[in-house]
Amino acid sequence: MALTSGNKSKLIYTFLAWSISGLIFFPILWTVITSFKTEAEAISATPSLFMFEWTLENYRDVLARSEYFNHFWNSIVISLGSSILGLLIAIPAAWSMAFVQTKRTKNLLMWMLSTKMLPPVGVLIPIYLLFRDFGLLDTKTGLVIVMTLINLPIMVWMLYTYFREIPNEILEAARMDGATIGEEIFHVLLPIALPGIASTLLLNVILAWNEAFWTLILTAANAAPLTAFIASYSSPEGLFYAKLSAASAMAIVPILILGWFSQKQLVRGLSFGAVK
Amino acid sequence: MGSISLKKVTKSFGDVNVIKPIDLEIRDGEFIVFVGPSGCGKSTLLRMIAGLEDTTSGNIEIDGQDATQTPPAKRGLAMVFQSYALYPHMSVRNNIAFPLKRAKVSEDEIEKKIANAAKILNLGDYLDRKPGQLSGGQRQRVAIGRAIVRQPSAFLFDEPLSNLDASLRVNMRLEISELHKSLATTMIYVTHDQVEAMTMADRIAVFNAGIIEQVGTPLELYNNPVNKFVAGFIGSPKMNFIDFTSDEDDLTTCLGVRPEHITISKDEGIWAGTVGVIEHLGSETFLHVHVENCATFTVKAGGDCDLKYGDKVFLNAEPSKILHFDAEGLTLSKNLVNA
Repeated sequence: MALTSGNKSKLIYTFLAWSISGLIFFPILWTVITSFKTEAEAISATPSLFMFEWTLENYRDVLARSEYFNHFWNSIVISLGSSILGLLIAIPAAWSMAFVQTKRTKNLLMWMLSTKMLPPVGVLIPIYLLFRDFGLLDTKTGLVIVMTLINLPIMVWMLYTYFREIPNEILEAARMDGATIGEEIFHVLLPIALPGIASTLLLNVILAWNEAFWTLILTAANAAPLTAFIASYSSPEGLFYAKLSAASAMAIVPILILGWFSQKQLVRGLSFGAVK
Repeated sequence: MGSISLKKVTKSFGDVNVIKPIDLEIRDGEFIVFVGPSGCGKSTLLRMIAGLEDTTSGNIEIDGQDATQTPPAKRGLAMVFQSYALYPHMSVRNNIAFPLKRAKVSEDEIEKKIANAAKILNLGDYLDRKPGQLSGGQRQRVAIGRAIVRQPSAFLFDEPLSNLDASLRVNMRLEISELHKSLATTMIYVTHDQVEAMTMADRIAVFNAGIIEQVGTPLELYNNPVNKFVAGFIGSPKMNFIDFTSDEDDLTTCLGVRPEHITISKDEGIWAGTVGVIEHLGSETFLHVHVENCATFTVKAGGDCDLKYGDKVFLNAEPSKILHFDAEGLTLSKNLVNA
């Protein structure tokens, strides 16, 4: 049966979509597969995708040699802590930008976003020195503060976009009904903007979980999250690809599962406000 | 008590003066309607009275107390918005209870007030539903219920019926009028619909470009408009205007006559014309008659009018019903015209 031109183009687009998705996902798949190989298989000149002797040895070794659960706990505290602290600051900031606008609101928003374009290394020395002087090096508190600050512009921007979608009249009605600013935000704005707030929280948990630059520089052992745990398999002892892959898989799987379950919410949240 | 007094109230956004100095006394218990075309400042003034917009200069007094700087919640006013502005995540019951909870009213008292509002507004069956599960009319009733329970000194309505369909609008118009009669509380009602204004108001304030052109009872505005703008805005279909070049000693530059004050004849009359579009409404008929070198007249005739498109007709108007306007658009007094 001949294909119509519509079906043909649909087939081509589907093939392209799967190819690009496969290309993007391949490194993760390769990492996970390598984590089940022996070290010799992992560096073999003719690597095999599936036809090798599967082993859990790397996972046993990694769990025995490192304090995985310690790093895991640190990652949870840092990513959740910075996201919640960030929300506490970003919600009132976004409220005032969305509902009490001044002539400079747009410029302020653009300036906040522009700080995300600054290379982090540009502020490395002042932040390192400040952390040293305040005793924040290798502490979870220090990392929570840094993560909050670097992700705050995105949080404010996202929440600002959601809040702008909420009719001002609803908040004005609350004001007429005798609500204070706190009650207006807590009883009216937050419940209505809950999907947007959840998306913001999720995205920032993911961003903070994956952040490596600051976690590697500002931590040593006590506060090191999973990113530092992965990196520890690539230095002084030489490169052990299979163990490194096992460590990477153990670090990315929790966030991969979170991303998988919340993808609907994330896509909805990220495209919120794009169309009415 | 619910008297509101506006004294030289103005509002500017940057260099644009949207409300020019306005003085207005709103009496306790009256139903006053602010009417005017879009962008004339009527909603802005209502929001200034509510406290949702700052007042650039002048004073707003509520029950004799200066409330210009008082926050919205402390003014003792309740507002019903065009978009209903219900809290979508709360049930009808919680929507109505919201202002009472903010005022720290006891739970028993809240229940009593909700039951009372539900009875007045026929909302008893919907108390546990969310606003999204209600029709437009029901939502507007909830918004009114939320306003009633606060027992405000005045209700502010900002085009509350604009989102409703035509038949529902007529019903709600009656319900709001009845509510006013039963509560006897001051109501300020903003609309661009002159039919709403005429049918509901004790007094109407006609707005144009940030000023009040005239304040009066519906019939005062209908019979004695102060200028061409008010004459054209009040009355449906709108008044016919006939511009002409007058003699040097005649101040009149325009005549105005309402469609219902023109009679139509096949034999004789002041103006000879040709019938254009005819709108049959059953009980009455509106004819558009083209008078060469003059104007197109809208004429109101009986429901049994048998004229057809293209018929030659004559129009007559009783001289006492014709309004005269000068070059500025102001209505000339009858004495001045006769002289």
